[in-house]
Parts: sequence; structure tokens; C-alpha cells
Amino acid sequence: MKQERMKGKPDVQKAADLAQQLRRDTVRMIAHAGSGHIGGALSLAEWMAALYGWAFEYDTDNIKDPDRDRIILSNGHTCAIWYASLARSGLIPLEELATHRKMGSRLQGHPSRKAMPEFVETSSGPLGQGVPVANGIALSMRARSSRGRVYIVLGDGELQEGQVWESFMTASHYRLDSVCAFINLNNIQIDGTVQEVMGIEPLAQRLSSFGWHVIEIDGHDLPSLFNALQEAAETKGKPTAIIGRTVMSKGVPFMEGKAAWHGATPSAEQTEEALNHIGTNTRYRDFPIAGNEE
Amino acid sequence: MYSGNKSMREAFGHALADLGAHNEKIVVLTADLTDAIKVGAFAKAFPDRFYQMGIKESDMIGTAAGMAIDGLIPFTSTFAIFAASLANQAIRVNCAYNGTNVKIATSHGGVCVGADGATHQAFEDVALMRTLPGMTVLVPCDANEAYHATVASAALDGPVYLRFGRIATPVVTDPNEPFIVGKAKILREGTDVSIIAMGMMVPFALEAAETLKKEGIEAQVLNIHTVKPLDEEAIITSALTCGCVVTAEEHTVIGGLGGAVAEVLARHRPTPMRMVGVADTFGESGEPEEILRKYHLTPEDIVHQVRQVLKEK
Ligand SMILES: Cc1ncc(C[n+]2csc(CCOP(=O)(O)OP(=O)(O)O)c2C)c(N)n1
Repeated sequence: MKQERMKGKPDVQKAADLAQQLRRDTVRMIAHAGSGHIGGALSLAEWMAALYGWAFEYDTDNIKDPDRDRIILSNGHTCAIWYASLARSGLIPLEELATHRKMGSRLQGHPSRKAMPEFVETSSGPLGQGVPVANGIALSMRARSSRGRVYIVLGDGELQEGQVWESFMTASHYRLDSVCAFINLNNIQIDGTVQEVMGIEPLAQRLSSFGWHVIEIDGHDLPSLFNALQEAAETKGKPTAIIGRTVMSKGVPFMEGKAAWHGATPSAEQTEEALNHIGTNTRYRDFPIAGNEE
Repeated sequence: MYSGNKSMREAFGHALADLGAHNEKIVVLTADLTDAIKVGAFAKAFPDRFYQMGIKESDMIGTAAGMAIDGLIPFTSTFAIFAASLANQAIRVNCAYNGTNVKIATSHGGVCVGADGATHQAFEDVALMRTLPGMTVLVPCDANEAYHATVASAALDGPVYLRFGRIATPVVTDPNEPFIVGKAKILREGTDVSIIAMGMMVPFALEAAETLKKEGIEAQVLNIHTVKPLDEEAIITSALTCGCVVTAEEHTVIGGLGGAVAEVLARHRPTPMRMVGVADTFGESGEPEEILRKYHLTPEDIVHQVRQVLKEK
């Protein structure tokens, strides 16, 4: 199956269903793994749904298509929801989601190019390392006139790393308009709110002073995400940063906005409760976990 | 002090809080990992001497160097990989070359980081740190030593790298034993083979020695809590006494404890030797016990290497 880049009018309901399922998958993956980073991942459900449900060009029959779109999770700890997106797009088997963070799995605790070279453009986990590699891919793709776009996902706490700003400079210096960064502005990192820990504002001004086209949206609003993705693709001569205002652990009220849920694992009861809050839709079924009756 | 199973990072947190109460020059910096590296008690007790630096380790270590230049005793705190590897340049020039009095405290050294996987598992930090001129490298073997090493590092003038593990490990040292930087400790007497270990491999070495005893092999166990400056005399004496050596480290076999011991023995007393440690590879996600098994870092692996090296004696 091939999804062409931003083809036709995006279907909001379909993407909402996908986002809902990605949330379920994320909660179940982390609960089953017994560890992981749930909060930041749940903030990204709509972004992943907009991207994998509409904007992102990929071909399940030709995964190495040199002109495919690329994605780099610079905030590699949020990978559970990305693995779920790959599975829900038919790129990896659904059952594999149950192996996340376990010995021998391709779905490592942080995205590993060594374990999964087909999908992981660059291994990540140490924050602040993704943008330079994205720039390098974009420069190389441009040199061979490829139309592929390069998406980067960054955490807001991650923006404290200096290297991020070095590479923001590179992207605008080289007018990398194929580069589009999504900033998961959920205001929470490990030790508390971003303002308390180390302020990053005024973010939009900082980014535009670094030569980026900046779009500020509600990162959970699908129509805004679709528009922003379209606008980024149409912006010439500049990289685009989509600042998505999100809620940490969005969709699970008892986890929302709490730094403690950056890296905590829900208990069996909490998992149950979380899944009840998230709800279900008829488009998808949960992935099987061996030993469980599904 | 401690007994049973205890993580070194917790002991580090206690030691810091105690140090802070006695010395106003002690300040602590962290990079968004307050709880993971257990500096919360210090932060609570001495909020004016606690600096949250955000997720920017090089900046944290450079800032600490500036504080040290002006007379403070800063402890930076983050995971081993983000200090030794990510902020290596800041450590090299701002701390080691300058000779500044910065204590680079790290947790999550070695493979026992577990499910976070290869990017977070520091296999090479001790090698990176011990090759820097002027750097003191402390790798305590249990919670008691972690406490002592922290206190001892504050008393030294100059940069110190401290490596603590993530998981709770057996406490094997006597809390009343003096901890002297640069002085290795014999934890078990023996004359058949010398097992020279650091960090959480020390309890494993003691366990291996008990297994070997049943086969009539008496192993000496030497605990190297200071990888630099290395107690060369203790290593040479142990090699002389036993005639063969096995090193054990939760670290790559390239350039770490095994490398350091081999350098000493090659110069002064060539001795049949085997190394237990991570081969030239990156790690992966898994439970600590699974990873220890897969990467041959168990007491059984030490026993196996002892049997091998004994054949060459
Ligand atoms: C270089 C580096 N330092 C520290 C860490 C440990 N760490 C993992 S996630 C995280 C917080 C990230 O905050 P943010 O980017 O806001 O992501 P979110 O909490 O929203 O998922 C930290 C400090 C790391 N992975 N890399």
C-alpha cells in the first residue's frame, strides 16, 4: 500500500480514530513492557495520526523508496507511539508491539538504527541529536533532487540542549524547506515544568530569529495540524517549526499535566482505567499480547 | 551504614546531603534528573546551593567549572553517558585541563540501565575518563563505598569522576573500613588466582570465589574502587602472589579496568590474564539480569575465565 504525500482532503474522523488507537497502543505497550515514557508519547497522538494518516509519503511494498518521507524522533523516549504508528500503517506487524523494550526486540527502548535500519533513520535517546542528522538527510536529498520531506519531533525540554540551536541555524542557513520540526510543547519535563527547570520562551520569536517559519497551533487539533503540515510543505526557502501546544499524557485525565508520568508505568488497574478513558472505535482492534485472550 | 541490597546512587544522595550540612562550599547541579540520581534530599535541604541546569550537560559542567574557579566545590549530576560521553569536551578542557575542582557524579553507569537500551548504557565512560590527564576516577563497588567515595571526592582538590550504578546491588564492604583514594582493597585472600574487579562486579567476584573454593581454587579478590590513580603496587603484588589474573568490569574490555591492569602488568610483571567485561559492542534493551547474562558479566563468567587462565599458569 502506498500513501501519497498529502493527497486529497484529510479525513478528520479517520485520523481521530487513529489517534485514539495510538493512545491505546501506547498505554498497553508501556504497561506490558513494565517501563517506558508514557507522558510525552501520549502528547503526540494527533501529530502521529495527522502525519501517518495523511501527510507522510510511504509505501509498504517499497519501504526503502529513496523519495519517501523521513521522520526522526529526536525525543527518542517517546518512541512507543511511533512504533504503534508504524504498525497501524502496515509497516511492521501489529503483534510486534508487544515486544517493545524486551530483549531481542527491534522495538528498543529508544529507536535504534542498529536494530531497525529500515525505519530508524538515526538512533536517538540522548536528547538534542536529531536535527543535525535530519539536516544532513535533507541536504543530501536536495542534492539528488528528491522531493521527500524530513520531519523531526522534538520535546520542549529537549530544546534546552545547545546542539538543537546549532542545527536550527544550519537548517535556515541552507534554506532547508523540506525540513519540518514538530515541537511537543507540553510544558513538562522530568523535574517539573519547563519554565521552572529552564525557560525556553519566547520560543516562537527565538525560532523565527533563527530563520525558521513558525506556526503555532493546538497540537491536539487535527484540522490545525493538517493545515500546518500543508503550510510547511508550501513554505519555500525556510525550514518550518510547528509549535504544537499539547498536554502531557493527553487523553488519560489522571496522568494529564503531571511530570511524574513522564516515565512512570501504569499498574494493571491504572492501565484499565486509562484504557476506559481513552475508549475504543470500530475501525481498530487492540494488538494481541501472547498469553492474553484478546 | 548499609547492608543487604542498596543502590549506590541512593548512598550518593545521602552522602551529598551530609556533606552539604558540614561544608557551605558544596553546591549541586543537575540536568533534569534530580530524582534519578538522587540529589533531591540535597536540593530540599539546601535550595540555595542547588542549581537546576535543564537538559544541557555540557553547559552544566562548564558552569560547575566556573563555580570551582571561584572557590566552590560543585558536584554535577547526570547519567554516566551524558557526562562522560556527551559532555566530554567540557570535562576535558573546563575540568581536566583547567584542573578545576569539579566532582562529576554519575549514575546509570554500565549495562544495568536495562530497557532504555544502548543509547543510555555507558560501557566506555571509565575508559574516556581515565585517559584524561589529572582526572581521578572512582568506581565504588557498593552503597557503603559510594557514600565514602562521595565524601572522599569532596576532600580532594581537582576533578573527580564518580560512577554509580542504577540497580540495588549487594553491600559487601564494611562501612567502618577506611576508604583511601588510590588504595585498592583486598576483600578476600587467596593465592591461586587474582580476581581484580570494579563496581558491581566486585560482589560477583566474591560469589565466583566461593564457587571456585568448592573446586579447591582459592581466589584473591581485589577491589579497585579507584581506577585512576591506579594502585599499581597492589596489582603487581597480587599478580606475583597468584601468578594469573582475571579482571571483571561492567564496562567495555577496551580501555577500562582490564586495560588499565594489562598496562601495568605488561610494564612490570607480564602475567597470564583474562578479562570479563563487555566485548566490543553496543548494548540493547532488556532486564538487567538478561543483559548481564547475554554480555557475559555474571559470576559464572568469572569462574569460566578463571578456569581458562589457570591452564596458562
Ligand atoms: C542528553 C540527554 N540528557 C538527559 C536525558 C534524560 N531524559 C530523558 S527524557 C528527559 C526529559 C525530556 O523532556 P521533554 O523534551 O520535554 O519531553 P517530554 O517530557 O515532554 O516527553 C530527560 C531529561 C536524555 N535522554 N538525554
